Amino acid sequence: MIGLSALYLVAGLMFLSFALLGLARARRAARDLPNALFWALLAASFLVGDRLSDFQNGLLVLALIAVGGFGLMTNPLAADPPDTRAARAAGAARWGNRLFLPALLIPAIALLGTLFADRLTLAGGPLLDPSQVTLLSLGAGVLLALALALLWLRPPLLLPLREGARIMDQVGWAAILPQTLAALGGLFGAVGLGEAIGGPVSLLLPPDQLTAAVFAYTIGMALLTMALGNAFAAFPVMTAAIALPLLVGQHGGSPAVIGAIGMLSGFCGTLMTPMAANFNIVPARLLALDDRLGVIRAQVPTALVLLLVNSLFIRWFAFA
Amino acid sequence: MRGLSVARALRPNALALVGVAVLATGLVGGLDLHATIATLGAAFTKGRYVTAVWIVLPLIGLLEHAGLRERAASLIAGLRGATTGRILVAYLLLRQGSAALGLTSIAGQAQTVRPLIAPMAEAATPNADASTRARIRAHAAATDNIGLFFGEDIFIAISSILLIRAFLGEYGINVAPLALSVWAIPTAIAAFLVHGARLWRLDRRGWR
Repeated sequence: MIGLSALYLVAGLMFLSFALLGLARARRAARDLPNALFWALLAASFLVGDRLSDFQNGLLVLALIAVGGFGLMTNPLAADPPDTRAARAAGAARWGNRLFLPALLIPAIALLGTLFADRLTLAGGPLLDPSQVTLLSLGAGVLLALALALLWLRPPLLLPLREGARIMDQVGWAAILPQTLAALGGLFGAVGLGEAIGGPVSLLLPPDQLTAAVFAYTIGMALLTMALGNAFAAFPVMTAAIALPLLVGQHGGSPAVIGAIGMLSGFCGTLMTPMAANFNIVPARLLALDDRLGVIRAQVPTALVLLLVNSLFIRWFAFA
Repeated sequence: MRGLSVARALRPNALALVGVAVLATGLVGGLDLHATIATLGAAFTKGRYVTAVWIVLPLIGLLEHAGLRERAASLIAGLRGATTGRILVAYLLLRQGSAALGLTSIAGQAQTVRPLIAPMAEAATPNADASTRARIRAHAAATDNIGLFFGEDIFIAISSILLIRAFLGEYGINVAPLALSVWAIPTAIAAFLVHGARLWRLDRRGWR
């Protein structure tokens, strides 16, 4: 049976090759060394994480944070050289809209696999681990699409890894932020944070507890996201403090509905805060707006209506 | 010079803050340092699938090298619409739809809004004064953000969906990615209706 370890092997080898490409660059420019080190540590987590103790894995995470958390990594966002720009335009004309097909193959296979993988069997057992079919189908889709694209476009063999590493370096430390925030949830669980906050919060709410608690969660998600500039960071805190103890624990709501729409409530906050500079402030500059908050002003009415809609959706759908 | 650049470099970012939050939560919550680090290590290792989705990058890099973004740009340049509002509604639909298929990077503020959508939207309202033109450009940027945010979570392997899954897993609640992403669909439809209605109204009432 194929499980997540196969996916982790592929990802680990990819991060390892990003590290090696970074190392090759660091031989010319030493300031590229932190990038190489970061991807090497991440590769180690994927390739040998299962063989390390919890404490050793924890030290590995702290090392990743030390390398990635303090602005040491470089971002090669330099403008593309004109020759690659010309080559890309020529490629676009040559290959046409078929360029979308490999990229669209991935969601198609991920969805088909999710729905039908239980029909694939190997030696009497399921071919794919039934609890992980979506991620495994996604991995299979990526590998298949990559193989087809390689056969079709016939690039130099290292080109996909080199181009992948270039995008990865642009993403940088933010690549592990969601995983690290999910791990923060593990700490919240271990120390019982939800129970500690959920109790006092429920005392503050008016008698119609359920509707009030839903709004406390969605508005809390939006406000904390506005303060932090990032819905991912607000999610573990608000979900542990309000959604799990009150909405799921006391009122028996569906965690899938609450989690999914709770995150989208946070996105409403992202639309309303200058702290989310990438989305709201950078475009204002890109578009030469005199009003630094012009993009936010255009977004606020939609964001407020959708925050109300999200709250009602949770109230209606999670407690059906 | 060198000292200055190091001082500027050592500025903690969001990742560092999460690290501090992890240590503070464990220590204040009654775990010792060893147990805090071990809990972090166990949870991080269990959630590796959240980061594993980056395996798509070599393919995306290859396709972008072959002109994927330029192709997306020429598709967008072909959007037909007689009015500013209609152009933006068509772009909203395209952005939500492509993000729902996991194609979040083929469009964006730098890739498509600045070079294509903003000029097209401006050109569709001729004889506008400077502040009206600025307002149209702000709405072009807003439409991109709204399309992205309320489209991407429909894709089953986007980081936010996997973050939700891994977080709930830490509390012993197991949900399939598809069970989460289908619940992004009602809000996606609402976002299209709400924002589309605003753009339609701006067309009728005028953009100033």
